[in-house]
Amino acid sequence: MSKIGVFVCHCGENISATVDCAKVAETAGKYDGVAFSVDYKYMCSDPGQSLIKSAIKEKGLTGVVVASCSPRMHEPTFRKACAEAGLNPFMCEMANLREHCSWVHEKGEATTEKAIDLVRILVEKVKYNHSLNEIKVPVTKTALVIGGGIAGIQASLDIANTGHKVILIEKDPSIGGHMSQLSETFPTLDCSQCILTPRMVEVAQHPNITLYTYAELESLEGFIGNFKAKIRRKSKSIDEKLCTGCGQCTTKCPVKKIPSEFNEGLGKRTAIYVPFPQAVPNKPVIDRKNCTYYIKGKCKVCEIVCPTGAIRFDQEDQIMEVEIGAIVIATGFTIKQPDFFPEYGYGKYADVITGLQFERLASASGPTLGEIRRPSDGKVPEKIVFLACAGSRDPAKGIPYCSKICCMYIAKHAMLYQHKVHGGKSYVFYMDIRAGGKQYEEFVRRAIEDDGVNYIRGRVSRIYEKNGKLIVNGVDTLLNAMPVEIEADMVVLATAGVANEGAEELAQKLHISYDPYKFFAEAHPKLKPVETNTAGIFLAGACQAPRDIPESVAMASGAAVKVAGLFSQDELTREPIIAVVNRQAPPVYSSCVGCFLCVSACPYQAIEKEEIKNRNGEVIKSVAKVNPGLCQGCGTCVAFCRTKSIDIQGYTHEQMYTEVMALLNEY
Amino acid sequence: MTLGFYPGCSLKGSSREYAESVLAVAKAFDIILEEIEDWNCCGATAAHNMNKELSLALPARILSLAERQGFKEIVVPCAACYSRLTVTKHELGKDPALKASVTDANGLGYSGSVSVLNIVQMLDKYVTPNLAGRVVNPFDHKVACYYGCLLVRPHEILKFDREEDPQSLDALMLKAGATPIDWAFKTECCGAGLSVSRTNSVGRLSGKIIGDAKDRGAEAVIVACPMCHSNLDMRRDAINSYLGEKIDIPVLYITQAIGLALGLDRKTLGLQRHFVKVSV
Repeated sequence: MSKIGVFVCHCGENISATVDCAKVAETAGKYDGVAFSVDYKYMCSDPGQSLIKSAIKEKGLTGVVVASCSPRMHEPTFRKACAEAGLNPFMCEMANLREHCSWVHEKGEATTEKAIDLVRILVEKVKYNHSLNEIKVPVTKTALVIGGGIAGIQASLDIANTGHKVILIEKDPSIGGHMSQLSETFPTLDCSQCILTPRMVEVAQHPNITLYTYAELESLEGFIGNFKAKIRRKSKSIDEKLCTGCGQCTTKCPVKKIPSEFNEGLGKRTAIYVPFPQAVPNKPVIDRKNCTYYIKGKCKVCEIVCPTGAIRFDQEDQIMEVEIGAIVIATGFTIKQPDFFPEYGYGKYADVITGLQFERLASASGPTLGEIRRPSDGKVPEKIVFLACAGSRDPAKGIPYCSKICCMYIAKHAMLYQHKVHGGKSYVFYMDIRAGGKQYEEFVRRAIEDDGVNYIRGRVSRIYEKNGKLIVNGVDTLLNAMPVEIEADMVVLATAGVANEGAEELAQKLHISYDPYKFFAEAHPKLKPVETNTAGIFLAGACQAPRDIPESVAMASGAAVKVAGLFSQDELTREPIIAVVNRQAPPVYSSCVGCFLCVSACPYQAIEKEEIKNRNGEVIKSVAKVNPGLCQGCGTCVAFCRTKSIDIQGYTHEQMYTEVMALLNEY
Repeated sequence: MTLGFYPGCSLKGSSREYAESVLAVAKAFDIILEEIEDWNCCGATAAHNMNKELSLALPARILSLAERQGFKEIVVPCAACYSRLTVTKHELGKDPALKASVTDANGLGYSGSVSVLNIVQMLDKYVTPNLAGRVVNPFDHKVACYYGCLLVRPHEILKFDREEDPQSLDALMLKAGATPIDWAFKTECCGAGLSVSRTNSVGRLSGKIIGDAKDRGAEAVIVACPMCHSNLDMRRDAINSYLGEKIDIPVLYITQAIGLALGLDRKTLGLQRHFVKVSV
């Protein structure tokens, strides 16, 4: 016979304002199998918990129903209290009287009646509860960081410095990401490369970090603490062990006119190339799409000039399998190109460039060695126009969100231009100046007040070329929407920051969710900003939303702490709310008939076939078996099973049926 | 084949040559354009600023009349009329209560079954498929195709061409043997709304359009809207005085240019009615 305790909480006035808690407790006390029933103001408080604990001990309770708030709020609290009193924590159930009843109904008898119903069905359910034990799973203490930009670099270093192993993969030939392309950084105007490259070198030299550049994630399976990742190491066409990075091959390569990705198309590179002089690793790769040997079958100049014989034309992609316990995604973002904007010439005008291109022009390592010269004819622009919100905050363009970094980098660009081109005139068309951040507003004011950048509040409707000038037609909304026409030499579009191409496929490979703009979704917008909905997978940087450097770094460190926390345990405990296939005494063994519909239904590949053998090793029966490490307890297999042979522990058919019957059978 | 035809006020008056050329090109392809009986004003200029219901009731009556006459498709060459009729169809289609009150007002039934074609859509659907073999005098000139505002906006409702950089007229002129130029003023405002009240604004706005067409070497400007035409053609003196030079690039309706390519008589196409002499 069950001895169940019912504990009705007032939740201050949250519940008691509309529910007669004393009546609920009194009614519940009369049910068969209820040995103790009481109401109390705050059941979650220390005295409240003591009440439960002492009742368990004194009355020898076999089950507990706490009628209070949502189990999402306090289930762990009350289960812990039960465990401390010696009761299996899974013998404790919660009736949600707050969210499901008191908060959503008026005060009245019907509300109290509903509360009584909610308690009754759980009293009946708990009679069929069984003791369950938490599942222990081992942890592989190696992290995979995807993406070698500043976020990935920071996350890798932080994890590695806690003493754990990190595998960092980067799709490009070098780590560094967008930050390595930037000239100076706001709001301090310190040189981006100067602060980044030491970090890049640290990554390469760190004993706990294994770096694979030119590598991408191929597939992922497993679960928190126990992932298996396949990584495609794209062929670099060189033997990295032999290559000394001397640069002979890149100097002699006859294909010299490929637009450089690092310089955003403003400079050229060769077919065998190192993306930029400070690249890590500083060893070249062959771009097979543009290499004469791969196109025409002859050339091999690099092979001839290589002093160490490191060129490998027949090298193939390698697929590598690694075991990891956690993943940090730091794949970053990309920007819209000018060809997205018909009103600004669809990318027709060479001197209408993106903010990232301006970074390369302003950078000492860029194609103009830091001089601001326009791409079309190399002249120094006397008038330059910056357009904020090119695509951003524009629902008609499908990008209603703010790209966040543009206001600041435009102020920086205009400032750099004024510093480099004395007597030059710069204009910024903006919608609002969003400079929220430490020293950000001061930085923008500096651009406007000290450096004389002309800020015009209004949008630009069209840009066209006339007599070698770019005519910018805009409006000044602070001057009663007066039309403004500027004859500019160069225009910089602060084009919207968007998710990477392929972000969707990556999310699907990782089984994480993403938002309508293909940015990866955090588990909670406020309280779980670096977690994803998939346990063990974390986010850092602009793959989650447009982020500037300080934010990306902070996020990366946050993600690293989450990983380190995970790795601080040798075993992970998981709730035993998983599916089980029943087992019975011979000769039935199990009611499972071996149709294996459940195998195809399971989204986590957690069900396998098990052969039941007799003593002679002969197979008597094939039945389904759930791998408790993989099962997430979603219940899909339960719905699919034709013979009702699968149950979710804690939510069995029997328990569900009992709950329904308790509701239907009036007392 | 017979299609419904809604000329609107312009095609009966100041841009009679647009109607003449539309009918002439249609006739050359054995298309009968039958005028909607008892048609009324589409409400383009004033109604939609003054009274929303009236601005929908006027075009709704035209659509109802077209339905009653059994037309499945009507051709609306004027861009302003086309805009009003299409917007009305869109509004009535999405709001049953509005539809009920509007049809109550005009006392006619309305089911929304009539398709509204602008001139480019009509030509694309019924003329261009057979155009290749019919071009006898290719319109071998550099042309600036000018779309104006109403033909392509608002895109959400019209769903016709690209609103910032439209291509449909260019594609048509290419088929008529012309060389369309890439230019910046395809959809800039010609100033039609101020044509009467502030003529010098029209000189400035239309002046920029004609100026850019000339700078880029256009030999003719091609239009598909009576207001565009009257501003670029009739207001040429104001344009010239704004630009400080005399520009004699003619402005042709798309149907006039295609008519010339088909070898139709210049007078049938109404070319003599323009203010700027059509020399091409």
